Amino acid sequence: MPLLEVKNLGINFGGLRAVNKFDLEIQAGEIVGVIGPNGAGKTTVFNMLSGYYRPTDGTIAFKGRTMNGLRPFQVAQRGIARTFQNIRLFPQISVLDNVRIAFHPRAGYNMLDSILRTPRFKAREAELTGRAMNLLAVFGLEDKAEIKANGLPYGAQRRLEIARAMAVQPDLLLLDEPAAGMNPAEVQQLVELVRFVKEKFDVTVLLIEHQMGLVMNLCERLVVMDFGEIIASGLPQEVRENPKVLEAYLGRGAVA
Amino acid sequence: MNKTKQMVLALVGVVVLYALLKALIVTGIIGPYWQIILNESMIYVIGGLGLSIIYGFTGQFSLGHAAFVGIGAYCAGWFAITFSHYGIWASLGSLVVGMISAGLVGYLIGVPILRLKSDYLGIATLGFNFIVYDGMQNSDKLSSVLGGAQGMTGVPQFQTFEWYFVTAVIVFILVRNLVFSSHGRAFTAIRENETAADVVGISPARTKIMAFTVGCVLAGLGGALYAHNYPYVNPDSFTFLESINYLIIVVLGGMGSMTGTVITAVGWTFLLEVLRMFLSLLGPSFINLRGVLYALILIVVIILRPQGIFGGMEASFLVPYIGRRKSNAAAGS
Repeated sequence: MPLLEVKNLGINFGGLRAVNKFDLEIQAGEIVGVIGPNGAGKTTVFNMLSGYYRPTDGTIAFKGRTMNGLRPFQVAQRGIARTFQNIRLFPQISVLDNVRIAFHPRAGYNMLDSILRTPRFKAREAELTGRAMNLLAVFGLEDKAEIKANGLPYGAQRRLEIARAMAVQPDLLLLDEPAAGMNPAEVQQLVELVRFVKEKFDVTVLLIEHQMGLVMNLCERLVVMDFGEIIASGLPQEVRENPKVLEAYLGRGAVA
Repeated sequence: MNKTKQMVLALVGVVVLYALLKALIVTGIIGPYWQIILNESMIYVIGGLGLSIIYGFTGQFSLGHAAFVGIGAYCAGWFAITFSHYGIWASLGSLVVGMISAGLVGYLIGVPILRLKSDYLGIATLGFNFIVYDGMQNSDKLSSVLGGAQGMTGVPQFQTFEWYFVTAVIVFILVRNLVFSSHGRAFTAIRENETAADVVGISPARTKIMAFTVGCVLAGLGGALYAHNYPYVNPDSFTFLESINYLIIVVLGGMGSMTGTVITAVGWTFLLEVLRMFLSLLGPSFINLRGVLYALILIVVIILRPQGIFGGMEASFLVPYIGRRKSNAAAGS
C-alpha cells in the first residue's frame, strides 16, 4: 500500500481549472520532487494535500484512509506536516516555544492540569521540553532556544520551520520551495539536512522546488507540472531529457 | 534553585503588599471611598486579565468585554438577592454564577462570531455589547429584581478589601499557570500565525472559542465582584465605553503581558479617580475635561511606546524555569 495515493485530483477557482487530473503515488521512504514553471499549480496541489483547499474532484488517501474534507489541523494530526514557501513561524515567541507548540495535540494534559499545575502537567511538560530541546539540537538551534524566532537569520528560520514540522511527528513531510532565497552553499547544506532528516526520523518527503540543482541531487523521483497537469514523471535523469519538460521550462522555440 | 527563590520572594511581596494596604485601611488613611476604588481596581485586574487572554494572548479583537462583565454582574446580583437568606453562601455562590453565566454566553456567542477576523470581529462584539445593554435596560420585564433602566439595588455588599484582593491574586496565579502551558502556547500560536498553528495540528476554531470562553469567565467573575462593590448595578456601567476601558488596559499594558495588564488596570483605575478629584478642585465645569485628558495620556503613551508599556515583557519571577539539563537526560527524541 502506498503511503500517499492521490487520484484524479482537480480544483476549480471560479472558472479557472487550476489543477487537473493529478495522480500521484508515494511509497514510504521516498523523496519525491514536484517541479514546474511558475503558476503550474504545484503549491495548489500542496494546499489540497494539507487541507487548505477542498478539491473539486478526486481523492486523497493517506495510509489507506481517505482524507478528503479534513481541515489542516486534522491533516497534521493524521501525520502530514508542511513548511511554506514564505516561512511562517510564530515570530514573537521563543525558538523553543515554536517547537513546543507543535506538541500541543499530544500534550497529554488538560486545561485543569495546566491551571492547577498537577504532577501530570509537570511530568508531561518536562518531557515535552526535553523533546523540543533534542529536536533543536538536531537542527543546530539549541543555543538559540530562548531568543525570539524573528531574531534568527534566514537560514536558521528555515531550519526552525523544518524542526517544528518534525515535532508534528509526521510520516510525510511536505516542503514548499525549501531553497527559496538560498545561495548555492546553503542549498548544499539543505540537501544534506533533508537527507539527514529523512534517515533520522524515517519520514517520507515530497517537495516543490525551482532550483534544478537541488532537485536533481536530492529527489529519487520527479513529477513535472505545467498548466495544472502532470506533463512528465520519472527518474531525474529521464525527466531532464524529456522534450516536453524542456519546452515547458525554456519555451517551444528553444527546443526546436 | 534561583526560580524557587524568586517565587518565594514574590509571595512575600504579595503578603507585604496586602499588609501595607490593610494597615492603611485600618488606620483610616485609605478611607471608605478610596477603598471602593481599590476594590474596583482589583475588579479591573480580573476583567482585564480576561481580555488579556482573549486579545493580548490569542489576538481576538473584542470591543464587547464590558457586556460579559455586565452579564456576570446581573446574574450574580440576581442570585445573591434571590438567595440572600443563605447569607455568605449566596454571595459566594453568586461569584460562581457570574462566572458560569458569562462563560456560557461567551461560548454561545463565540461559536458563530469567532469565525470573523480582526476588525470584523470587533464590530460583531461591539454589536453584542449594544444588545446586552438593551437587554439590561429592559431586564425588569424578565424579573423585577433586575431593575431595568433603574438599575438593580439590594445586592449584599462585601465591605472588606480581602475579597477583592485575594480573588485577584488567585486569578492572577491561575492565569499565569494557563499562559505558561501548552494551552497558553496554543493561544499565542493563533495570535502569531493562525495558518502555521493550523498546520501543526492546532484547531484555530476550538482554540479561539476556548480562549474567548475563559476570558468571559473572568469577565463574569469581575462583574460578580462589581455587583457586590456598589450599592446598585446600572446598565450604564457596561456600555461600549466601558469595553474601551478594558481594551485600553490590555493595549496600554502591552499585548501578551500579564504584568502589564495588572499594573495598567490598577494605574488606570486610580488615574481616572485622581483626574476626577483634581479637576473637581478646579471647579465643577472642569470635570468634563477628564475625557480629554485621559485620551491625551493614551495618545502620548501609544506614540512613545506603540507596543504598550510592558509589550512582550513579563516580570521574571512569573516565567517558569526551563528544566533543560534535567529533561535532556530524561527524555529521548
